[in-house]
Amino acid sequence: MEDKRKYQYWMKCIPGIGNKKLRKLVEYCGSAQEVYGLGEQELKNVEGLRPCDVRAILESRERFDPEKEARVLEETGVSMITLEEEEFPERLRHLADCPYALFYKGDLPKEEEKTAAIVGARMCSSYGRAAALDLGEKLAACNVSVVSGMAFGIDSFGHWGALRGGGKTYAVLGCGADVCYPGGGRELYEQIWKNGGILSEYPPHTRPAAAQFPARNRLISALSDVVIVVEARKKSGSLITADFALEQGKDIYAVPGRMDDVQSAGCNELIRQGSGIITSCESLLEELGLAADKSEGKENFIKNLLEKEEALVYSCFDLQPKNMEELLKEVKIPAAAMADLLVRLQTKGLIEEYFKNHYRKK
Amino acid sequence: MYSMVTTAIARGLESVYVQVEADVSDGMPVFEMVGFLSSEVKEARERVRTALHSCGFKIPVKRITVNLSPADVRKSGSGFDLPIAVAVLAALGEVDGKFLEGSLVVGEISLNGKVQPIHGILPVVAKAKESGIKRCIIPYCNQAEAKLISGIEIWAVEDLRELTAYLRGKPYVEKEPVSENKAGQNKPEPDFCEINGQNSVKRACEVAVAGMHNFLMIGPPGSGKTMLAKRIPGILPPMTEQEQMEVSEIYSISGMFPQDGAFINQRPFRNPHHTISPNGLSGGGMVPKPGEISLAHNGVLFLDELPEYKKSTLEILRQPMEDKQITLVRQAGTYRYPSDFMLVAAMNPCKCGFYPDRSRCVCREADVARYLGRVSKPLLDRIDICVETPLLCYEELTDGCKKSQNETSETIRNRVMAAMERQRRRFRQKEISHNSQIPSKDIETYCRLREEQNQYMKEIYQKMELSARGYYKILKTARTIADLDDSEEILLNHLNEAVCYRMQDKKYWE
Repeated sequence: MEDKRKYQYWMKCIPGIGNKKLRKLVEYCGSAQEVYGLGEQELKNVEGLRPCDVRAILESRERFDPEKEARVLEETGVSMITLEEEEFPERLRHLADCPYALFYKGDLPKEEEKTAAIVGARMCSSYGRAAALDLGEKLAACNVSVVSGMAFGIDSFGHWGALRGGGKTYAVLGCGADVCYPGGGRELYEQIWKNGGILSEYPPHTRPAAAQFPARNRLISALSDVVIVVEARKKSGSLITADFALEQGKDIYAVPGRMDDVQSAGCNELIRQGSGIITSCESLLEELGLAADKSEGKENFIKNLLEKEEALVYSCFDLQPKNMEELLKEVKIPAAAMADLLVRLQTKGLIEEYFKNHYRKK
Repeated sequence: MYSMVTTAIARGLESVYVQVEADVSDGMPVFEMVGFLSSEVKEARERVRTALHSCGFKIPVKRITVNLSPADVRKSGSGFDLPIAVAVLAALGEVDGKFLEGSLVVGEISLNGKVQPIHGILPVVAKAKESGIKRCIIPYCNQAEAKLISGIEIWAVEDLRELTAYLRGKPYVEKEPVSENKAGQNKPEPDFCEINGQNSVKRACEVAVAGMHNFLMIGPPGSGKTMLAKRIPGILPPMTEQEQMEVSEIYSISGMFPQDGAFINQRPFRNPHHTISPNGLSGGGMVPKPGEISLAHNGVLFLDELPEYKKSTLEILRQPMEDKQITLVRQAGTYRYPSDFMLVAAMNPCKCGFYPDRSRCVCREADVARYLGRVSKPLLDRIDICVETPLLCYEELTDGCKKSQNETSETIRNRVMAAMERQRRRFRQKEISHNSQIPSKDIETYCRLREEQNQYMKEIYQKMELSARGYYKILKTARTIADLDDSEEILLNHLNEAVCYRMQDKKYWE
């Protein structure tokens, strides 16, 4: 490993020294290696450093063996990039609270790459899930990379959608980039790693902590050209992302919910305040100046393939999922026949059963 | 002087004869009882002595020895009082021994000589008739129960003095039964026509019953899971006489025999609370009483809130469900109770009960998975059919949906019986009687698919990521659906419907 990387890693790991002070130190000395060589007196001269900070730097210099500690980067396969380098993402550089260093697995989003953040609630409805998957997939198909936080719910579905659409997707984590959090998302983690990148401003092995999650939201919005909020309650972490996006001057779009819908209350509020409204994936793509998908007529095509009764049942499905009993109320046929038709539609890949006897359009 | 009286104790559903011998001879004035007695039988000494005294018999200053043989059978239960008293009276020469030949005596007595009822009269009398005993002398309160066995003389006695009179030659006069005989006047069973909506669940119930498949309902609280389960016994075919006898015997030894004195002709429905102990379910005690699984014999065992049951409790269901009987081994002996029941289970989809309705459910995905994962997997393996019971909408609760339009249990039962008849013919001379019992090695024989169906199942197998077990369950269920459809061949729509009833998602449960 390069020498300078070791000292950069050391600097990043000094407890109590945040991004601002790190930037000042580098500005003063030129590089991390020189900071490491700085004497106590000189450190005291650096503007903005309090005596306790100087003490922290000196102490960590004594305890910290850059040679040994920096090896964690190699062991975990996490790459590191700092402000000092050219390759550091330009989008972050302008951030008031720009991180001094980024840790990542996989790739970083490129400068010319179009990106969109898809964020929303962890506990999402089926409607939110469908919307996130659909948006992710269609955006990816138009070569827009999806940035999100890999949390359960909307975040994950946004990522999955992008993967399904064959595009790139980036996850910004609130823990070390080598830590798969949430633990249940292992498969997604691997997929994102292979088809995009896992990013974090925290050194490897950092455990997830509540305070780190809102902070990573600013990176999600900063890395994206537009921020799409799919489903958010009145008090939702996704609204923090939207606030950051507003500060950073990004476009915000929200997926509307029904009125009085608790799960979409935050989204509806955003729309009321003037954010963009997503009435369909196509309309969003059009607004973003991307070629609209040519899926017109797909529905009709599907319906032509089906037998009369199958088409009757299939036509009951919209974005809202339905259970068997609701379908029986809409189409008056015996329960046995309905069970038969539902499984037929499933085998044809048109609907899926996401919970016992609850179905939705694929 | 020496005398001998025959009595019997229920041991499981069997009964074992016990000879009560009494001897009165010179010696120290003691009342000695021997013969591997449990404490309630030892206490009989005091009850018998006092009862004899209060009935006006004078106990001479002699040595009285009572022996209960065979000596290696542990004597327990309260039915020994009366035979001991009679044996002592006979040994004293107070009654005529000839009446005791070929008689079987059971009953408990109180201090004033009144004869009290005991549990388990039915199996004792049934056995007595089989082994050629002429007459049973039993407590008056057990008369109705004992009378169910015809072809044997029954003396129902209220009190020791009365019995003494008969044993001295007074002819026995038959008595009025304890209460009005209400045979045939069963309280009406709950009917499926009382349930609005839930058509998909009703259909699944029908399929489950027709093949005696174990059945699981998943649904939010208040969606009618218990209501549906209570109606399942009503669509099972009526019990045969043999089955009625089995159920009646179990209830007799549990002391739960109805006072009106008729064979139990309604199929049992048992819903033990989820706090039940393993012994409560399997049957237990020093002298084991039948547990819930035996009380549900020939009927339905309903386990509500399935994930709330302790794992160890549910584990014990596995063996009895396979063997259709449970064997309990205790110090006092080995007891065998039948346990051929249909398992109906119900559970919420998650802790709060509303998943996947995210506007109401507050559980995280991981919580939902954990909740579902609490159910014992080996038990789930024995459940073939699983459906969701959704909440009803307003129109279904009110007049939007006429009750008279709903199918009655009677109609459903007729279809079920027709399907069962087909199965009876199919499994003639086989050990099994229902589709749910088809062993995996015979699936090929009974659930043969044609080429077209085979191809289709192959596709389903891959698409739905089924396991081998899941695949067999679908075939068995499809067999039943075809039977309901009166079709010897399993067709595509039968397979499809069976797939629809397969177990909940692989991601949680396999």
